[in-house]
Amino acid sequence: MTATDLTRLGIAEALDGLARGAFSARELATAHLEAMAAARNLNAYITETPEQALAMADASDARRAKGEALPLDGIPVAVKDLFCTKGVLTTAGSRILENFVPPYESTVTAKLWAAGAVMLVKTNMDEFAMGSSNLTSYYGPVVSPWRAKDDPRPRVPGGSSGGSAAAVAAAIAMGSLGTDTGGSIRQPASFSGIVGLKPTYGRCSRWGAVAFASSLDQAGPFARSVRDAALLLRAIAGFDPQDSTSVDCPVPDYAAGLDGDVRGLRIGVPAEYRPAELPEDIAALWDQGIAWLRDAGAEIVDISLPHTTCALPAYYIIAPAEASSNLARYDGVRYGLRVPADELTEMYEATRGAGFGAEVRRRVLIGTYVLSAGYYDAYYNKARRVRALIARDFAQAFQRVDAILTPTAPSDAFPLDAPTDDPIRMYLNDVFTVPASMAGLPGISVPAGLSRAGLPLGLQVLGRPFDEPTVLQVAQALERAAGFDPLGALAPALAPAK
Amino acid sequence: MSLDKDMVRRIAHLARIRVADDELEPVARDLERILGFVEQLNAVDTEGVEPMTSAVAMTLRQRPDVVTDGDRREEVLANAPDRAGAFFAVPTVVE
Repeated sequence: MTATDLTRLGIAEALDGLARGAFSARELATAHLEAMAAARNLNAYITETPEQALAMADASDARRAKGEALPLDGIPVAVKDLFCTKGVLTTAGSRILENFVPPYESTVTAKLWAAGAVMLVKTNMDEFAMGSSNLTSYYGPVVSPWRAKDDPRPRVPGGSSGGSAAAVAAAIAMGSLGTDTGGSIRQPASFSGIVGLKPTYGRCSRWGAVAFASSLDQAGPFARSVRDAALLLRAIAGFDPQDSTSVDCPVPDYAAGLDGDVRGLRIGVPAEYRPAELPEDIAALWDQGIAWLRDAGAEIVDISLPHTTCALPAYYIIAPAEASSNLARYDGVRYGLRVPADELTEMYEATRGAGFGAEVRRRVLIGTYVLSAGYYDAYYNKARRVRALIARDFAQAFQRVDAILTPTAPSDAFPLDAPTDDPIRMYLNDVFTVPASMAGLPGISVPAGLSRAGLPLGLQVLGRPFDEPTVLQVAQALERAAGFDPLGALAPALAPAK
Repeated sequence: MSLDKDMVRRIAHLARIRVADDELEPVARDLERILGFVEQLNAVDTEGVEPMTSAVAMTLRQRPDVVTDGDRREEVLANAPDRAGAFFAVPTVVE
């Protein structure tokens, strides 16, 4: 097999090949490191870790030789630079952590390594996971491997986990880790033509992941197939006593039961996700998804989630409020950037003024405002009451249906130079992903087709708390019907230049 | 909702973030836009609805009150921008 062939394998296929001895973990790692080096122009990386990758691959080969192979042994993955990795720079895409080397490992990355996975790279991301474009990173924007049909302008990969999404779409990594607070896995998966899964809140430990909004943050995988996402989820899910909101319930073997059989499942289609301004190609793809599931034997049920339009404004109170509290720790005293000053308060203000980019500053200021004396009840408590109504909408819907199908995002990938002067316009990217985040529900984006411009579009499947198995099942039915090529971004490179 | 420069200065000080004088005005406009956007929540009837405190139904777990970690002074200090012996160093707080 050539190096290119190796990087185009799925995780399940690669595990087969490794088990058969068709190639070694070192060969697999080397092929991916070469692909990584060749694609630096995407700016998807903050820190490349080739030495670790080769050492981990060698250890993997040694285990396999002894007959002690682990579930993901030898699989090369990329990790969002939000996860603390022991001894490896972890920046959260921010200047304020530009020199931070964690002395500990996050739980989910530790679980990946304990399953035998191989770390290739820490990936670029929106600063502190605040963004839907990767344009807020201190390390510059990530460029999507995708291009529109008749428009050569570079496109965003989505965000905030944009580097992790681009790495999988560009065959640099077989899978990757991201985090999703309001859509930061699902939206970049949709923009990048791959699968992205946000598990139920509490399913994966938040310990060692740099906190943005603690009641919403959740780690999850990107992959090029639903099955591969299921394999990664199994490795990272599970109870962690070090995260007080981690839930202690068994982790199923998600891939084992996966056959895409949706016969008899009731699929909800919420009216509120079809606003008048929804682009026609996205509405048409959604209709196609509904038809695919009906043809596969599911029952389609019209539902209503009346508080859908309240989710985004409530999110833009709750998430900044939590962020303003979480980011208070960056004070220039114990780690990260320090801008010296003669007086302590001045040092805090100078450090945070220089260390945070414009979007992070905006959200910390909003959060500080809505939590300040006299506004707490009007903003923060009001938003938490609305959040309860959003969760209730979903709970009532899930009495009638087993899963919900919606578009993932209201647009395809926009150009890097799209106007960003209006923060609200950027926030609207997450209009379809935020409601499930507010309710803590699992959701997945499956690549389902191309937009009119020739860019990927995803469909989102939402499920009941901890019902990732049903979410995956529906996602696989869609994947099978759509026949989308998640490596489609690379196809033009193979064709002779015109 | 309108925010003046003094209000932005006050919020920025509460958040311990320096905002340059010439940025106060554009930051005020950004914050106004966001506050204007979230104000649509006022139209939602939340009478009798308790604020949601947890994303999944759970009671906060308590852990045994025992020492599980420690004795890692050098690791804790390894990222310090400035240190004095076994301590984090900051500008003089009390003369």
